[in-house]
Amino acid sequence: MVKDINQTLISPNPSSTSDATRIRGVSLRVDLAVGNATLGDNREMVMESQDLGVHYGDFLAVRDVNLQIHRGEITALIGPSGCGKSTIIRCFNRMNDLIPTAKVGGRVFYRGIDLYGPLANAGEVRRRIGMVFQKPNPFPKSIYDNVAFGPRVNGKPSKSETDEIVEKSLRRAALWEEVKDRLKQSAYSLSGGQQQRLCIARALAVDPDVLLMDEPCSSLDPIATARIEDLMVDIKAHYPIVIVTHNMQQAARVSDRTAFFNTELGSNSSRPTGVLVEYDSTRKIFSNPSDERTEQYISGRMG
Amino acid sequence: MSTTVIQSSRFASDLQDSTSTSRKFRDRFFLGSLWFATLLAVVTLFVLVLTSFLDGKSRLNLDLVRNFPSPFPEDAGIQSAIFGSLWVVVTSGVVSLFLALGSAIYLEEFANAKSKTHRLISLNIQTLAGVPSIVFGILGLAFVVRGPLSWGFTVGSASAVLTMMVLPVMIVAAREALRAVPSSLRDGAYALGATKWQTISKQVLAAATPGIATGSILGVSRALGESAPLILLGALAYVSSNPTGFDSDYTVLPLAIFKYATEAQLEFRAVGAAAIIVLLVLLVALNMIAIIIRDRSRKSW
Repeated sequence: MVKDINQTLISPNPSSTSDATRIRGVSLRVDLAVGNATLGDNREMVMESQDLGVHYGDFLAVRDVNLQIHRGEITALIGPSGCGKSTIIRCFNRMNDLIPTAKVGGRVFYRGIDLYGPLANAGEVRRRIGMVFQKPNPFPKSIYDNVAFGPRVNGKPSKSETDEIVEKSLRRAALWEEVKDRLKQSAYSLSGGQQQRLCIARALAVDPDVLLMDEPCSSLDPIATARIEDLMVDIKAHYPIVIVTHNMQQAARVSDRTAFFNTELGSNSSRPTGVLVEYDSTRKIFSNPSDERTEQYISGRMG
Repeated sequence: MSTTVIQSSRFASDLQDSTSTSRKFRDRFFLGSLWFATLLAVVTLFVLVLTSFLDGKSRLNLDLVRNFPSPFPEDAGIQSAIFGSLWVVVTSGVVSLFLALGSAIYLEEFANAKSKTHRLISLNIQTLAGVPSIVFGILGLAFVVRGPLSWGFTVGSASAVLTMMVLPVMIVAAREALRAVPSSLRDGAYALGATKWQTISKQVLAAATPGIATGSILGVSRALGESAPLILLGALAYVSSNPTGFDSDYTVLPLAIFKYATEAQLEFRAVGAAAIIVLLVLLVALNMIAIIIRDRSRKSW
């Protein structure tokens, strides 16, 4: 099975639905097997970073990050501004490739494949590992076309297939009931919270394996935020989620594991570099952290 | 229970205007000069259009666009000039739109913005956009009409030279339009697994269409009103038939106007004045098309 997945990842045009369905099937079976058992390392690991570090030009933004992302869980990355959370999450689907000065060191594995290795194609990596951004960024097109864009660039689905994908994705993102009568309207006619859920639906439409969310609620009001959080919990069984958040309550509410990042001044640089301080179950981080800096941050004495 | 209201100088008890007279005067003076500047431009334009209309009123009828030039003022028309203009402008507009789009996409999206060649090319394009049109005319005369291409005084030569002239303007406009597309749009497309070309062709270009349309139409309008380079390219001629291809003789509206306006007989000048109105109508129509295209592509947002 793992071999199958590997082949899908590296083949240039792997949009055959049967593979995707099979992967989904596996994930469901795994979830059933694990159920809602208490958090442990027995959950299947989907992604792992090893000594991950990023330079922007000469500036070392973040270094030595070792993280594991597990199936069926929400992993939150928290920490003060400038600690490299967003930089790290952008390494997980190679979005940093788009920043010319960014240089990634260390390795990121997705199901055993090195994302920055010769076997991985950036486009396919991004299709498998979806991303939702800080500010809702719907395309200047209709609601329908927004969701259909991903499937269309990854293959040539027929009209009925596209209709099906659009409906399924919008239902998953809990937006279908609100927009089903106006799919042809501009995505900009939606409210901010709806736009963000549309972006989530758009990301789900390509049937990703992991969902990355970079501060998805920071531009939303509390009600819209609550809806997105509910949505995350609803879909985490299908899509392991990595979320960057500035909101500690949000991390405590929704996540299963939390990684706390902090900044520290390197010996030969005037700008602080981000480091991963502590990574553990959310309960442990927020009740009994091992590191003093984590303790200070979550109790509000820092950052 | 009583509350004391503290009166301080910051919160004066009345709301009377305390602005000094000189400040008020300067305020009014500034507003007045803005009005004057606007008014001057609009009134000048209005007077020009009105006098042309009054001068050419007697000839503003279908015969004007149906007839060809004639030695007799009452028969003289501008059909060959209208068709000559359309041939030249449509050809150069279409060709330069495709070339400009290609160049702009390459320069904005693919080329390494830091390389010296890239900067040199950008600087050259910007300079070319500001070169007087007569220079393009001389260039065309030397290299297209005569010289290596030897295309003669034809529709083809004129189209080629106008393309060269309009191209830099269009490239600059198209680059601006592409640059104005927010990067969040590109990120969104890339994050769904789209390739670079899919991102550009399906999202970036669609979002940049209004800007590109506006820029292109400005370029085409410029080509339509252009006269100086075409004098050198043989458009100032007595042409009594419509062009049939790129090797045909031709004349264009601005030069037809010039010819009629410099005739001694007043009746010919009326034809020139009427032709001015026709040219203006064509220009406005072109701009309307651009606005419609722009609004259509915006509507889908």
